[in-house]
Amino acid sequence: MATADSFQNVPAVDGRSHSHLERISARPAFFSGFGKSIADIWQFRELLGNLVSKELKVRYKESVLGFMWTLVRPLMQLLVYSVAIGVFLGSGRVIPQFGVYLFTGLLAWTLFTDIVGGCTGSIVGNAGLVKKVYFPRELFPLSVVGAAVVNFFLQVIVLLGAYLVTGSWPRLSNLLLVPLALLVLVVFATAIGMLLGAANVFLRDVQHLVEIGLLLWFWMTPIVYDWTKVRTELAGTADAPKATAWLFDLYMANPMANVVLAFQRALWPGGLTEKGAAFYYGGNLWLRLLVCLAASAVLLFVSQRVFARAQGNFAQEL
Amino acid sequence: MTEPVIRVHDVSKFFSLHKHKSLKERLVNRGRDTAYVDEFWALKDITFDVEPSTTLGLIGHNGSGKSTLLKIIGGILAPSTGYTERRGRLAALLELGAGFHGDLSGRENVYLNASILGLTRAQTDQYFDAIVDFSGIEEFIDTQVKFYSSGMYVRLAFAVAIHVDPEVLLIDEVLAVGDEPFQRKCLEKIRDFQREGRTIVMVTHGLDQVRQLCDRAILLEHGKILIDGDPIDVIRTFREKYEQDFSSNVGEAADPEKARPAEIVSVTVTSPDGSALRRIDPGDPVTIDVKVSARHPLPEWTVGIAIANQFENHVYGVNTQMAKVDLGPLNGTSTVRFAIPEVPLAEGQYFITAAVHPPRGAEWHRVDRAAYFKVYSPANQDGVVYLRPEIEVVTG
Repeated sequence: MATADSFQNVPAVDGRSHSHLERISARPAFFSGFGKSIADIWQFRELLGNLVSKELKVRYKESVLGFMWTLVRPLMQLLVYSVAIGVFLGSGRVIPQFGVYLFTGLLAWTLFTDIVGGCTGSIVGNAGLVKKVYFPRELFPLSVVGAAVVNFFLQVIVLLGAYLVTGSWPRLSNLLLVPLALLVLVVFATAIGMLLGAANVFLRDVQHLVEIGLLLWFWMTPIVYDWTKVRTELAGTADAPKATAWLFDLYMANPMANVVLAFQRALWPGGLTEKGAAFYYGGNLWLRLLVCLAASAVLLFVSQRVFARAQGNFAQEL
Repeated sequence: MTEPVIRVHDVSKFFSLHKHKSLKERLVNRGRDTAYVDEFWALKDITFDVEPSTTLGLIGHNGSGKSTLLKIIGGILAPSTGYTERRGRLAALLELGAGFHGDLSGRENVYLNASILGLTRAQTDQYFDAIVDFSGIEEFIDTQVKFYSSGMYVRLAFAVAIHVDPEVLLIDEVLAVGDEPFQRKCLEKIRDFQREGRTIVMVTHGLDQVRQLCDRAILLEHGKILIDGDPIDVIRTFREKYEQDFSSNVGEAADPEKARPAEIVSVTVTSPDGSALRRIDPGDPVTIDVKVSARHPLPEWTVGIAIANQFENHVYGVNTQMAKVDLGPLNGTSTVRFAIPEVPLAEGQYFITAAVHPPRGAEWHRVDRAAYFKVYSPANQDGVVYLRPEIEVVTG
C-alpha cells in the first residue's frame, strides 16, 4: 500500500538530532539581528515562491478574463487621464506621444501602490496564518511584493504593444536606467510597506491613512502632468528665479519623482523628439537614483528591524 | 545524558489587550483608558525541559494558559519575560487547514500547506500519494476546497500535517476530527511518531488521550504549573480539582407551577455499614439510596439509576421495573436502596443519575449527576471495567 511504503521513507529521528538548542522568539539585537532575519527568510524562499503564486492564482480565480483584469485597471486610468488631461486640459497637444508618457508613469506608480497598499494589509489579512503557524512574518509583505512585480511585467506587455502601434522605440542607452529605477522603487516601497504593515496590526487606521497618503503622493509625482510646470511655478525661470526654489528641491527629493522621471526618460520615446525635448529631464538621474537607492536601503534596514521587533506581538494583537 | 529538545526557562506572558483598534476610539476614550485595557498574566514563571522522544500532555481548564504556552514553544507568540530554546525541526498543528484557501483545489492546497509547514516541493511530491491516500478523498483532490464538507476539509488538512516530517510536533486539540475510523488512523499515526522517537507536546481536554498517549503531563492553572509528572498522578490531581467544582444539583428549588407527582429528595452513596462514601477500590461494595417523596399517594412507581463516568459514557443502568422489583404504592416519602455487592470499575470518577417515573410514560423527576464516587485503582489499565487478567506465556 502506498501509505505504508511512504511512512518507511520518513527518516527515523530517535532524538539523535545533531542540531543544538536554539533560542526562539528572543528579542532580536537591533543591528546583528538583520543577518539572521535574512537567513531565516532565505530558508523559506520556496514558501515565498508558493505564497506569491497563491496571491496571483487567487486574485483572478473564477473570473473569465483572469489575468486580463491586471491590464484593465491601468488601461482605464490611461484612458481617463488621456481624455481629461491630454484632451480637455490640452497637455496632449504640447507633449508628444502623451499616451505613452502617461503609461510609463502609471506603470511605475501602479507597482508602487500595489506594494505599499498590499503590504499594509498583508499581516492583518493573513491573521489566520499569523496566529497559527510560524514562519518569518516578513514573507507576508514579501509575497505581496513578488506578486506586484509579476503584475508589473505583465503590464509592460501593454507598453510594448504601444511601441508597435506608434512605431517609435526607446533608445537603448537610456534603457539601462530602468533596472536601477525599478530597484529603487521596489526597495523603497518594500521598506515603507513593511513598516506600515506592522503598524496596521496595532492601529487599523493605518490602512485608511495609507489610501489618502497615496492619493496625495500621486499628485506630488510628475505622472499625469510634466515636471517643468512645477519648476516654473516653484523655482521660476533662469531669468527670473523665485525665492521658493527650495520647495522645488524638496519636490525633487521624492524618490518616486526620480523613479518616474527615469521611467519617462528611458521608456518614453517622445522625449527624444524636438517637440518633446522640453519635457525631457536633463539632470543626472544616475546619481539621483543611486542616492535614492542608498537612502531606501537604509530605510529598508530600519523598517525590517522595527518589523522584527514588532512581530512577536502580532499573534496576540490580531 | 541527552540534551533536552525543548527548554522553557522562566517564561511569563503578560497580556494587555486594548479593546480599541482605531485612533478615534483611542482618542475619545483617552482619559478612561484603564477601563478599556484587559491586563493579566496568561503564564507566570513557567520552567521545564522536555527530553527527546517524550510525549508531553498539557492539561488544564479553559483559560489556564496551555494554548498560550504551546504557542510560545512554537514561536508564534513571544514571551514577556524568560525565554524558550528548542532544537530540531518543528511542526505546529494548532489549527488544521490554517493555510487553506477556499478558491484553490485540494491539490494546490496540499502543496501550499505543506510548504507552510516546512516541506520542500520535492518532499511533497514524494508524499503526495500518501497524503491523498490517508485523507481518503482521492476523487475530490482537484475540486476547490470551498466545496468540501467540513469533514473532508479537516481530513485533508490533517493528512498534510502528519506527513510533515518534524522532530518536534505540537498538537492543539486537533485529534478530535473526522469520523471514528479516521480518528483511529490519526492515533495510529501519532503512535508511529512515538515509535520513531519524535517529541510531541499536546494540549487536550481528553484525559483519556493523555493517559493513553503521554508519558508525562503538566497541569496548568491560571498560568502556573500545578503539577508536572506521571500522567496518572497529574490526571488524578486534575480530577480532584474538578471535584471541588462539582456540586450536586439535588434539591434544587422545584417550580411550583410544574408540581411533579413524585420527586427525588436525595441520592446518597454509602458503604454497606452506612458511612458516607467518596472513594473505593475496584471491586468494593457500594450502596446507593434514592429517597423519593410524593405529594399524593401513587399506586405504581419506578425508580432507576444510571452510572456514567466523567466523559458521560454510560457505564451501567437499571430500574426497579427491569429488575422486576415490586415497590408497592408510594405514600409520602420512601427510600429505595440499590446495594451493589461489587463495583468492578477502573480508576476514575463516576456520577450517579437517578430518576423516578411511572411504569409507562415520561419520567416524573430526574436528577443528573446527583452523586458521585471515585475509584482509585492500583493497576494501570485502559477502559472502564476493572478486570484482573492473569498474564503468562503459554507455550506448547
